[in-house]
Amino acid sequence: METENSIEAHGLVRRFGKTTALDGVDLVARPGRVLGLLGPNGAGKTTAVRILATLLRPDGGEARVCGYDVVREAHQVRQLIGLTGQYASVDEGLSGMNNLVMIGRLLGMPRPRAKARATELLERFDLADAAQRPAKTYSGGMRRRLDLAASLVGDPRVLYLDEPTTGLDPRSRSDVWAMIRGLVADGATVLLTTQYLEEADQLAHDIVVIDHGKVIATGTPGELKAKVGSRVLEVSPADSSRLAVVADLLTERAGVSPSTDTDSGMVAVPVADATLLPTIIRELDDRGIELAEFALRKASLDEVFLSLTGHAADEPNGHESGELEGSPR
Amino acid sequence: MTTTALPAPSRRMSPVAGLRNAFTLTWRSLLKLRTNSEDLLGLSLQPIMYLLLFTYVFGGALGGSTHKYLQFALPGVLVLSVVFATLGTGLMLNQDISSGVFDRFRSLPIARSAPLAGAVLGDVVRYAISVAITLGFGMILGYRIGASPLSAAAGCLLLLTFALAMCWFSALIGLLVKTPQGVQWFGFLAYFPLVFGSNILVQSRTMPGWLQAFVKVNPMTYLTEAERGLLNGGPLATPVTRSLLWALGIFLVFAPLAVRVYRRRA
Ligand SMILES: Nc1ncnc2c1ncn2[C@@H]1O[C@H](COP(=O)(O)OP(=O)(O)O)[C@@H](O)[C@H]1O
Ligand SMILES: [Mg+2]
Repeated sequence: METENSIEAHGLVRRFGKTTALDGVDLVARPGRVLGLLGPNGAGKTTAVRILATLLRPDGGEARVCGYDVVREAHQVRQLIGLTGQYASVDEGLSGMNNLVMIGRLLGMPRPRAKARATELLERFDLADAAQRPAKTYSGGMRRRLDLAASLVGDPRVLYLDEPTTGLDPRSRSDVWAMIRGLVADGATVLLTTQYLEEADQLAHDIVVIDHGKVIATGTPGELKAKVGSRVLEVSPADSSRLAVVADLLTERAGVSPSTDTDSGMVAVPVADATLLPTIIRELDDRGIELAEFALRKASLDEVFLSLTGHAADEPNGHESGELEGSPR
Repeated sequence: MTTTALPAPSRRMSPVAGLRNAFTLTWRSLLKLRTNSEDLLGLSLQPIMYLLLFTYVFGGALGGSTHKYLQFALPGVLVLSVVFATLGTGLMLNQDISSGVFDRFRSLPIARSAPLAGAVLGDVVRYAISVAITLGFGMILGYRIGASPLSAAAGCLLLLTFALAMCWFSALIGLLVKTPQGVQWFGFLAYFPLVFGSNILVQSRTMPGWLQAFVKVNPMTYLTEAERGLLNGGPLATPVTRSLLWALGIFLVFAPLAVRVYRRRA
């Protein structure tokens, strides 16, 4: 059997009036893997998902899901996908159980099988107790779980999750993460959009970073980190009054200006080349600077994102000032 | 789970499967009706309110006696209640769109028309409820069917047929307008002149000429006359034929329009 990509998109363009939501986006999701689509608010993530889910036609480019064209073979594509949109799309007037039974019936299951499948999913998503209650009485997290369950009724080969953890509390978030890992272990391909770098780092095998409708970087989380300075050197002098001297020296050697944190007495700079380290140590020694800490660590995706886009992940335009604080709320 | 074992997806929908989709979504509409007690309450109280109001407030003045007026007005109240009930179709479609439920449907391999068909079919039951309550409460107030039971049944059927056509107009509003509130406003603005610029409540003799001209072409006028004939007894052929023609016309104009707008959104 040929190994064909689960999702393949080339040059997707979509405009809304004057806004160009997607400006030539290429995507590839390999079978059984998680593709993280990472970008700030308004980057075009939802638009891309809606095109791939056959809800929206692209103005340009083309996309295939398991080899089927999302425009010309939409009916086939719909048999392969499951969609959890950015906003929970459960029927508030129906009970959790009936929401799922309805989808099973729409997918052609006989009533008993639709019921059995619904029961199984409600169990799995910890909604069994609320199964008979109307969905309008559910909390945000419960709605999200019901929505996820709804997208799984048909056992989709390709699953789209549009910001599945936005607005969830940390506990629900880690529940969702565990669930996504379980699905992938079962063989599903997942397209996950997120604004959270940590989430992409945790879950995705491959990451596509988009901003203003354009792909600005692709790769595995490791590759992305390697692409930009890859590692960060952190130096804390024992005597914090020498911070400025250390900073000057690092600027000279690394070729980029370091960030200085006076509170913790630390200077940090991305370094592309680890062979610099002995030189730096020697020169620090030459100037008689005693070190409290000298450490090389992998750059976080926050730092990668910042250097790729010029703004932090949760600042949509990068015009607002603000400290570099990429961690999810 | 291995990918190799999975069957290839089918190329197109079979019509039978499409029909089944429509029935599943009809089931959903009915389920919602059963659990949404507010909708059910509104649906039932509206005709009761009209009947009480018209009979006891206007009745004496307009018809000489409340009883005589009730006998005259009830067929009109039937028309009025059922026509206003069609607004629910647009409202439900609109809610489904703004709540994202439609997006879920559209991402499923189901007949494109099933959500529309399901909403419309489910609503027939709402109309039937509205007719039954109007007629039932009217009888409690003293209304008596003058024609044969068969004729009265035909009257109810004609109402449902007409409502089934009108609800496509409502569906179109539901698809075009952005919010449920908007649907209610636009619906009322469109329905008010239609419903009250007719002979539902009074004979048109006392109205100015231009209004009489409008009343004469208003489909509500024919429908009301047809209902008076079928329920109370009286001339039938012309008003029934015209009502049916109007229903057909409304359906032929608005159903394709609604389907087209729906597809464009889909
Ligand atoms: N239906 C729409 N009408 C008009 N503009 C839209 C519509 N959908 C999205 N946009 C615009 O397209 C851009 C990308 O939006 P979206 O795909 O929702 O981004 P994201 O999901 O990454 O936040 C935004 O500027 C947004 O305002
Ligand atoms: Mg989005």
